[in-house]
Amino acid sequence: MATEPVLRVHNLSVNFRTPRGPLQALRDVDLTIPDRRVSGVVGESGCGKSTLISAIIRLMSDNADIVGGSVHFQGRDLLKLTRKQMRAILGDRISMVFQDPMTSLSPVLTIGRHMTDIQYRDRIGVGEKRKRAVDMLASVGIPDPESRLGQYPHHFSGGMRQRITIAMALLASPNLLIADEPTTALDATLEVQIIHLLKELQERIGCAILFVSHHLNVIAELCDDVTVMYAGVVVEKGTVRDIFHRPAHPYTRALLKCDPAVIQEKTELLPTIPGEIPDLVDLPQGCIFASRCPEAGDICLEGPPPLVEIAPGHVAACVRLTEGGTA
Amino acid sequence: MGLYFLKRLGLSVVIVVVAVTMLYGMIHLVPGDPASIMLGPRATPEMKETLRVRMGLDRPFVIQVVSFLGNVAMGDLGTDVFSNRPVARIVLEQVPHTLVLVLISMGWAAMMGIPLGAFSAIFRNTILDKITGVFSIAVIAVPSFVVALYSLLFFAVYLQWFPAIGAGEPGDLVSRLTHLVLPSLAVGLSWVGYIARLVRASMLEVMGENHIRTARAFGLPESVIIYRYALKLAILPTITLIGVSIGRMLSTAVFAEIVFARPGIGKLIYDSVITRNYNVVMGSVLVSTALFVFSTMISDWITALLDPRIRENL
Amino acid sequence: MSSGNRQTGKWASVVYSLRLLVRDPMGLAGLILVTLMVGTAVFAPYLAPRDPFALDVMNRLAPPSQDHLMGTDQMGRDTFSRVVMGARIALKVALTAISLTLLGGLVLGLAAGYGPKWLDNFLLLVFDTLRSFPTIMFALAVVAVVGPSLNTVILVIVVTTVPVYGRIIRTQTQAIRYNEFIQAERAMGAGIFRILGVHIMPNIIGPLLIVASMDIPVVVTIEAGLSFLGLGVRPPTPSWGSILNDGYSFIRNTPWIVIAGGVPLILTTLGFTFLGESLRDIFDPKLRKDI
Repeated sequence: MATEPVLRVHNLSVNFRTPRGPLQALRDVDLTIPDRRVSGVVGESGCGKSTLISAIIRLMSDNADIVGGSVHFQGRDLLKLTRKQMRAILGDRISMVFQDPMTSLSPVLTIGRHMTDIQYRDRIGVGEKRKRAVDMLASVGIPDPESRLGQYPHHFSGGMRQRITIAMALLASPNLLIADEPTTALDATLEVQIIHLLKELQERIGCAILFVSHHLNVIAELCDDVTVMYAGVVVEKGTVRDIFHRPAHPYTRALLKCDPAVIQEKTELLPTIPGEIPDLVDLPQGCIFASRCPEAGDICLEGPPPLVEIAPGHVAACVRLTEGGTA
Repeated sequence: MGLYFLKRLGLSVVIVVVAVTMLYGMIHLVPGDPASIMLGPRATPEMKETLRVRMGLDRPFVIQVVSFLGNVAMGDLGTDVFSNRPVARIVLEQVPHTLVLVLISMGWAAMMGIPLGAFSAIFRNTILDKITGVFSIAVIAVPSFVVALYSLLFFAVYLQWFPAIGAGEPGDLVSRLTHLVLPSLAVGLSWVGYIARLVRASMLEVMGENHIRTARAFGLPESVIIYRYALKLAILPTITLIGVSIGRMLSTAVFAEIVFARPGIGKLIYDSVITRNYNVVMGSVLVSTALFVFSTMISDWITALLDPRIRENL
Repeated sequence: MSSGNRQTGKWASVVYSLRLLVRDPMGLAGLILVTLMVGTAVFAPYLAPRDPFALDVMNRLAPPSQDHLMGTDQMGRDTFSRVVMGARIALKVALTAISLTLLGGLVLGLAAGYGPKWLDNFLLLVFDTLRSFPTIMFALAVVAVVGPSLNTVILVIVVTTVPVYGRIIRTQTQAIRYNEFIQAERAMGAGIFRILGVHIMPNIIGPLLIVASMDIPVVVTIEAGLSFLGLGVRPPTPSWGSILNDGYSFIRNTPWIVIAGGVPLILTTLGFTFLGESLRDIFDPKLRKDI
């Protein structure tokens, strides 16, 4: 743990311009990803997970503005880089695996074309590039990779396609792999296979992974550290053990309570936390979770609670913790 | 895949057959039979009867249509009763003139329209995009024969930069080409607008797709993303449009050929309508309809060939 | 009471749409041009300074002057007055042809979409065939048979554009036909006319009107084009197309006739197109014109 973290997000805030005014999608988000570890970010749909990723790789929609903070990757602030410098890092030091394997590859280009295109930086022949592609496809478990290079994405099943996108992402041996709900579109058995594949490849290549999901079981299976997000803020951070065995924030506890013990099929929402995410254009005064929190009291409405350290490396944002109360 | 091509071919043939039947029915069932109209009011009944027999109008309608279709299939479009020459030859002599005009018009319209649409999409919501948008709508709206007349007036009569009428000296390429400039301007102009709008719309659609984000996330150069990943997909509907538009340009070409007194199939139809030369009208409308139907078919074929998803599902 | 409220709501939304239209520069330009054109057509007899049919052999092909704003043609008729009256012909043809096309498209489209399968297939084949004629060439063939006249122009326009409308209506009808509430109505014994009139028509009329408004410039162009070829309205009826035809013969010496006939045509088609585009963006951004 002595090594420098590969990614350090500090006080990151992102607004979306909307007709009603700025929507504060991320507010002072802090996130640290240690080298060679798997860090998970978990939260309901709309909690800002995807915005966080888009901000890190600087591929945000036109109406999004980064209004504050920094994203340090290997010592450089990504937010201060030019587009060109950023492009040099993407696909080389940082790679992405996206959620929907059905649409994340171009339907009119072959797998081989995709995989040679992304090696455009390397001054080697096409034959060499194809050989590397074949090797990588083989290591993600694509049978007979040589002959499949000439095929198009629609020839592959969803699980196979996600293996291909993982192969593409790891081809350049990145330092950081960002996976945005890579298993959400897959069924349960495939999900397990992909998780094991990621784990195995991560150990072999020695990269760090930022794994985003709303699926607690997947997070528990794969990750070393977990960050829990709610409505654009970090509410709790810690090791997998901390989060799953000693959850400190009421939201984390609510998430854990309503998560079924078995891995189940794709669910968009965790349906059993009553209430809705507050309006991020017109933010409530106090704790963002207060409106849905079973333990909320008057004190929770006074102001947003800071993150407090409960144990080394385990922090949560709840006033009850400073009161020395419930946790 | 072969099956799809055959099916598409079959459909085209059926449409042409139905079209021929409709045309034939229209010309021959409407009150006032062609023979009398052609010969004018002073013709004697005997003259009319002779012409009716010569044109095959004395037989039952169904027989007429079937035998006409049979003849068409053999490449026989009948005889021009004025010059006694085969209609097929008369029409085919004019086809190359029109095809050259249409292809050149399409060529320059596509060469202007595709980059214009792509740039609009890349720089969307900028001044450039807005100007291109209004320009596209404007050139679509302005009637092509007004463009033909005004360009004739301005470039040929007033400035005298380009020749006003005819198709140029046979064998003299420069003369041929200078005679093509103004007509192809008139025929192609509105298609610059159509193509630019379509390319812009499909580019925007494609640029919003997930695989473009993937390509960006791999740090691919923007030029590769635009040309290989976006334009290649966005161009598919454009190819279909170009196929259809070649047929539609045949219509526009009629005006250009008449305004600039160019030989061509449109001028032929017009002259035949004026002289009530039914067989030639019939034959040339038929040939242009077939050109239209088959150009649409070929563009569908090409679209299918370029898109692997369609290519294999059919 | 409730119907009164609904009425106000409707008016409010009309006012709101108008405001959006006027705020869009293109919509405003379109609105102004269309108002000018329609105004000219309606008040043509009052606006025309001279009798558009009056011959004046002494003043043939006269250049523009105070007496004749746009000069005179080869028969000495005042071009400006003919241009003003031409607006009437253009509007008359456009409105008649579009209405008939809508009517024909509705009948055929509903029949194809709601009728038996064989009828659907037959009508689709007819639609496809009619669309596969190059418009102007088909028009020339029709003119060759029935002779040139205003009615021929309208007939040609209706026959060549009906398939477009028929197809839209057919597709929409089929989409609604299998809707659950229609199925329920049928199960409860609702008649075919009730279903068509109460449920299907209101759902398809909106997009249809937008497409129709965008077809007005196309129709105006076809009329002018055929009249330009001498195959549209019969002389001496003043149409912008026939003015262009008159001017074309003398283009080298008296260019003002061609200019006078073309400018109102361009302004009209631009105006209706701008207005249609803007209206479509306001009411139905997703509807794309079938090109």
